[in-house]
Amino acid sequence: MTVETQLPYDRQYVSQFADGRGEPEWMKNLRLKALEEAESLPMPKPEKTRINNWNFTRFEHDVKGEAITSLDDLPENIRVFVDQENISKNLIVQRNHSVAYQSLSDELKDKGVIFTDILTAMKEHSDLVEKYFMKDAAKVHENRLTALHAALLNGGVFLYVPKNVVIEEPVQVIFWQEDDEAALYNHVLLVADTGSEVTYVENYISHNTEKESVANIISEVIAMDQARVSYGAVDNFASGTTAYMNRRGVAYRDAKIEWALGQMNDGNTISENLTNLMGDNSYADAKAVSVGRGNQSQNFVSKIVHYGKHSEGYILQHGVMKDRASSIFNGIGKIEHGASKSNAEQESRVLMLSSGARGDANPILLIDEDDVTAGHAASVGRVDPIQLYYLMSRGISQKEAERLIIHGFLAPVVKEIPIEAVKEQLTQVIEGKVY
Amino acid sequence: MAGSTLEIKDLHVEIEGKEILKGVNLTIKGGEFHAVMGPNGTGKSTLASAIMGHPKYEVTKGSITLDGKDVLEMEVDERARAGLFLAMQYPSEISGVTNSDFLRSSINARREEGNEIPLMQFIKEMDGTMDLLEMDKNMAQRYLNEGFSGGEKKRNEILQLMMLKPSIAILDEIDSGLDIDALKVVSKGINKMRSDEFGCLIITHYQRLLNYITPDHVHVMMQGRVVKSGGPELAERLEAEGYDWIKQELGIEDETVGQEA
Ligand SMILES: Nc1ncnc2c1ncn2[C@@H]1O[C@H](COP(=O)(O)OP(=O)(O)OP(=O)(O)O)[C@@H](O)[C@H]1O
Ligand SMILES: [Mg+2]
Repeated sequence: MTVETQLPYDRQYVSQFADGRGEPEWMKNLRLKALEEAESLPMPKPEKTRINNWNFTRFEHDVKGEAITSLDDLPENIRVFVDQENISKNLIVQRNHSVAYQSLSDELKDKGVIFTDILTAMKEHSDLVEKYFMKDAAKVHENRLTALHAALLNGGVFLYVPKNVVIEEPVQVIFWQEDDEAALYNHVLLVADTGSEVTYVENYISHNTEKESVANIISEVIAMDQARVSYGAVDNFASGTTAYMNRRGVAYRDAKIEWALGQMNDGNTISENLTNLMGDNSYADAKAVSVGRGNQSQNFVSKIVHYGKHSEGYILQHGVMKDRASSIFNGIGKIEHGASKSNAEQESRVLMLSSGARGDANPILLIDEDDVTAGHAASVGRVDPIQLYYLMSRGISQKEAERLIIHGFLAPVVKEIPIEAVKEQLTQVIEGKVY
Repeated sequence: MAGSTLEIKDLHVEIEGKEILKGVNLTIKGGEFHAVMGPNGTGKSTLASAIMGHPKYEVTKGSITLDGKDVLEMEVDERARAGLFLAMQYPSEISGVTNSDFLRSSINARREEGNEIPLMQFIKEMDGTMDLLEMDKNMAQRYLNEGFSGGEKKRNEILQLMMLKPSIAILDEIDSGLDIDALKVVSKGINKMRSDEFGCLIITHYQRLLNYITPDHVHVMMQGRVVKSGGPELAERLEAEGYDWIKQELGIEDETVGQEA
């Protein structure tokens, strides 16, 4: 029973890498400590998914990407993710491990908004980043992969929204793994200070169907009192990339975090979305859709933990499975003692398109408080023949009817994606994966 | 050409191995309105479902043709494109698919690829038809039948009927669950369809619908067969006297299917 997780990246490499990027001392130390811890920490153990044979070691760690002067320089298959009519003034395009394009409106700059790649942030806003980086939402020593994430971090963004600043337009990031072997050890740190509001949308894209790589991604969303964060994502790694993705949120008093995740990777994937409702009256809405195809194996966790009183958590996961793909959907609503008057609801539905596919929906409610409400619904089923009949009775072909039903099934998340172009791309990706 | 002809001959239908229809004969031509009445559980919806091709119903004997073409050979969608329409007693709810997207797909399914209905034209037609049916405009953007009230579902079926303009329509209890005003509105819509190009089979329990939509022919179903046919006066007599006199006339004790005369 040997899991091959020995990396070709040692203490000396990490140390040089940090120095080369001119990182603050605290980050370099954090990396080295994490690397050391990684050796003894266990791998994550996703429920009912065996990851022994997954590739976590074969990848390139430091790959430059060319800067672009205009978005027109992007290839068509990347440019489509940007709204052509209404190009976001707040946009970062990361190409492999370099920033290729970066813009932030003057208005937001004037208001004190920080939106920059994570490396620049560590240098220019060292204290602020250090205060939140892997402290409250995610921890370095959770398992070997989180530790390696910290040790090998090589990309990501930092978004800070100051007190009471309301950002109307969505802030967008495109993480483009252009090189087939470049690994994204990507970190997104989003801090919404008291009373602020922001909508953030990210896309992960790669096209490596032959060559292998790894994506080890952590997002941390810190929503301070009364802050509102709406977080949309479309994950679209090709089959060669093994993905370990953690999206974490912490919501303080009266804060609200809404997730809309389009989990469309083609490779093996562990994707966990966890929100801690720390404050009274805090609120989390975690919506996620996914499509599994080919031989891919995926494990999804959507979890909301209630600490604050009157906190509300809503989980919705819809997955479509075809070919011989296999997916586990775990929905976990946890109410801690003292979180009275809280409400934890969840719904997990899996639509099976072929008999060789496997889909498990596991709804879990863990409740340590009496005065609460909670509910769950889960189902695994096929396209309803009576629904098909109804649509076909209006002249719609079987194929088109199935298409409508599948898109309809995934609509609860697709419609939540705030940028039209990204929504359109998610629809296209679904289309491509299902047919 | 005066519309289409739907011909049903000696139709036998089973559901899960149980014979429900036991030799139905019926011909509907363009320009004609037929009413089918009959007590609960006598096979009316089964007839409608068999014509449209519901997956659970198996035709074991007999034929259905539309202008001479074998309907039983066709898939459900082909039947629809050939000109058949069924307003269902219990329309499905389909989450995530807007009413308007669904209708547009249905219309485009009848048109050549590349000749899809222009969006503006579609919106105009749908708006106009919804006005006529006194439907709330929000219904267009709501998910198909999801959370619609019973009456709203029925109106929505008629909206589809009017937009799709079939040559032969079957309306299965389109009047159930409708309040008096809605009944009038729905009847107005159906009457608007009346032409030589349109034939209709109306399944109903109540004369009150037939006060608004006068049928040319009335049929009574019992035990999985058409046991009596006549003109509009037949429906009036049923309303006044119920079914007992027919049962007596024919020596039927239990009118539901599964019972033999
Ligand atoms: N799956 C089934 N298995 C056995 N019998 C069935 C099944 N589905 C329907 N039936 C029976 O078929 C008979 C005819 O049903 P149908 O729906 O055609 O009646 P109907 O005339 O439309 O009644 P109603 O006026 O109540 O709508 C009923 O007795 C019903 O119970
Ligand atoms: Mg019926």
